[in-house]
Amino acid sequence: MTTGSTSNPCPAPPPQAEDPRRARDLVDLETGQISREVFFNQEIFDLEMKNLFPRAWLFVGHASQVPNPGDYFSSWMGSDPVLLTRDVDGGIFVLLNSCRHRGMRVCRYDEGNTMQFTCPYHAWSYSMDGSLVNVPGDLFGVPHMKAAYSGKLDKQNWGLVRCPKVYNYKGLVFANWDENAEDFLDYVGDFHWWLDNLADAFDGTPGETEVFHGVLKWRIKSNWKFVSENFLGDTYHGASTHASVEAVGIGPGGRGKRRHGERQDQGGHSTGRMKTSFRNGHGASDNLAYEIAYPEFIEPEMNEYFDQAWATRKERLDAEGRRLGGRGPATMFPNMSFAAGFPRSILVAHPISPTETEVWRWFLTDKKAPEPVREWLRQYYMRYGGPAGMTEQDDMENWDYATQASKGVVAQRYPYNYQQGLGTEQLSELDRAVHSNHAISGEVNARAFYRRWSEFVDNLSWDELIEIAKSDDRIDAIIRRQEEEAVTEAAAGKVNH
Amino acid sequence: MPTPDYSQGPDRWALLQEVSEFLFAEADLLDERRYDEWLDLLADDYQYSVPLRMNVEYADADTRGETKAGSEVCWFDEPKSTVELRVMQLATGVHWAEEPVSRVSHLVTNVRIEEVAWPEVKLSSRFLVYRNRVADETDFFVGRRQDTLRKTDDGWKVVRRYLLLDQTVLLAKNLSVFL
Repeated sequence: MTTGSTSNPCPAPPPQAEDPRRARDLVDLETGQISREVFFNQEIFDLEMKNLFPRAWLFVGHASQVPNPGDYFSSWMGSDPVLLTRDVDGGIFVLLNSCRHRGMRVCRYDEGNTMQFTCPYHAWSYSMDGSLVNVPGDLFGVPHMKAAYSGKLDKQNWGLVRCPKVYNYKGLVFANWDENAEDFLDYVGDFHWWLDNLADAFDGTPGETEVFHGVLKWRIKSNWKFVSENFLGDTYHGASTHASVEAVGIGPGGRGKRRHGERQDQGGHSTGRMKTSFRNGHGASDNLAYEIAYPEFIEPEMNEYFDQAWATRKERLDAEGRRLGGRGPATMFPNMSFAAGFPRSILVAHPISPTETEVWRWFLTDKKAPEPVREWLRQYYMRYGGPAGMTEQDDMENWDYATQASKGVVAQRYPYNYQQGLGTEQLSELDRAVHSNHAISGEVNARAFYRRWSEFVDNLSWDELIEIAKSDDRIDAIIRRQEEEAVTEAAAGKVNH
Repeated sequence: MPTPDYSQGPDRWALLQEVSEFLFAEADLLDERRYDEWLDLLADDYQYSVPLRMNVEYADADTRGETKAGSEVCWFDEPKSTVELRVMQLATGVHWAEEPVSRVSHLVTNVRIEEVAWPEVKLSSRFLVYRNRVADETDFFVGRRQDTLRKTDDGWKVVRRYLLLDQTVLLAKNLSVFL
């Protein structure tokens, strides 16, 4: 009788036998074309589920959602339901929400507090109390233990499957199923500056943010990558997609002001707003040197709070030698998107099928924000984002009907165009990153995202994934181009003389 | 003339009839996109709230089953001035979520008077909002509704509208219609 010995955390998946070049062949970086199969092919989707989501760092939830021992929040990582939990000692765990006996989802509540998850099916129970079990999440109670298993069931090996890699970055909780995955800080690299701006208070105090209670969750009939790409650096869609909300004016400053609160000469096309694209797939719609102060509000108490916050942040960051930009919108590869300004919000695009996605949105506030500021932000966030938000409503219309019109047999033969700014990328001071040369146009971020995506989907090993992204060949190309341009200019100069 | 007795009898029936007809007429204005006339029916201190629903334990359903309007994230929790912005957006002609225009029917049923505190009346009802878009895109928004109406010299006005939508994950792609 075998009763034990499945390792916990879970073993790495077996190597895949699929054609190792397939996904990379669908992404043509030279000509800036990406096959529609990337978005609509079921086999590709299945490969994403197997090769990408269980190996990438995924956002699970915010630590402020589980402040006390026993608190939990139900979340998803790719195709798997998980529980974000807090144990007696304050530790954060991510557990697979599936009983080890017959797989029942042990917890079907969205959130709550318990020291014990008891499966409704046969009542195996799992404890979050480290004084009862070795590690929180371990199997504790088994009905008829003695009769059923002759007392031989090795409870330690049959606990809820624990995610082996969990990282709490200033309250942002990320997890990765792959023990061999690169560490979180290496995975994010210099993109962490954007995460800092998301997680730090408006005055720059590290990690002094929390989420409002209530996560918006909604279904769209579209591929999850449409969502990631939208926030990754697609500033090109704003003028058309969001024309109606911009005409109305719902941001700080009210009617006639931009929805993010910038002045008319800021944001959008303004000079210096270059996008930032990282070799390992992350991307942002702006750059660290693009420094715009917080908006002007109609309400005096808002101006007081944000003027003070900006001044404090500037002083703090200047002292650290840091630039003040980096507000996003941005996407951390593969499916966590966020904006660190107005609004300040996190989004995760949970894949369901090639043409269905469940989108979740959280909103953040400074922990110490006074009530009027908190309330102003809450109301702004609700009228701005999510399915009822006056901005985001129009995004979903595009994503869903782009999906419908793209998946026909004839339509599938024609790739999408990702040629914006091809060959005009700019050097960056950030590690393995380049910039677009324009604030609005430029699809450099998307090209890098899909390159990284294809490397994961093709199931390159973590050693290969790290090795291949150790240098950024785009930087070499920019240097070559600049040298050629210098030669051409010099030649032109000689002719003129 | 004696003060009508709204607690029972013919006066209460007449009141129920009157407020029900008001709700049905209001629904027609929405479905016919006569938004300016509809906005006139909302009191200046109108508040529109649709909290998020959550999966919680039976014992907690009454206390933790939905987010709190007034302090937590809701689908909607806004004053009349925000509703007016939404109407403006619909009229721009470039609000793609509602271009082309959806076909919408508001059904209001189970109307019941919960409380009369003249000139205000608190009503309980159920709503079913059906939306059909483009071709096969069909959404049902169903749930419970609480309205507070106020009788004014200018007729009935809606003061408070609180809706409990019976979904935790919104199964429609957006909420570009008024519930």
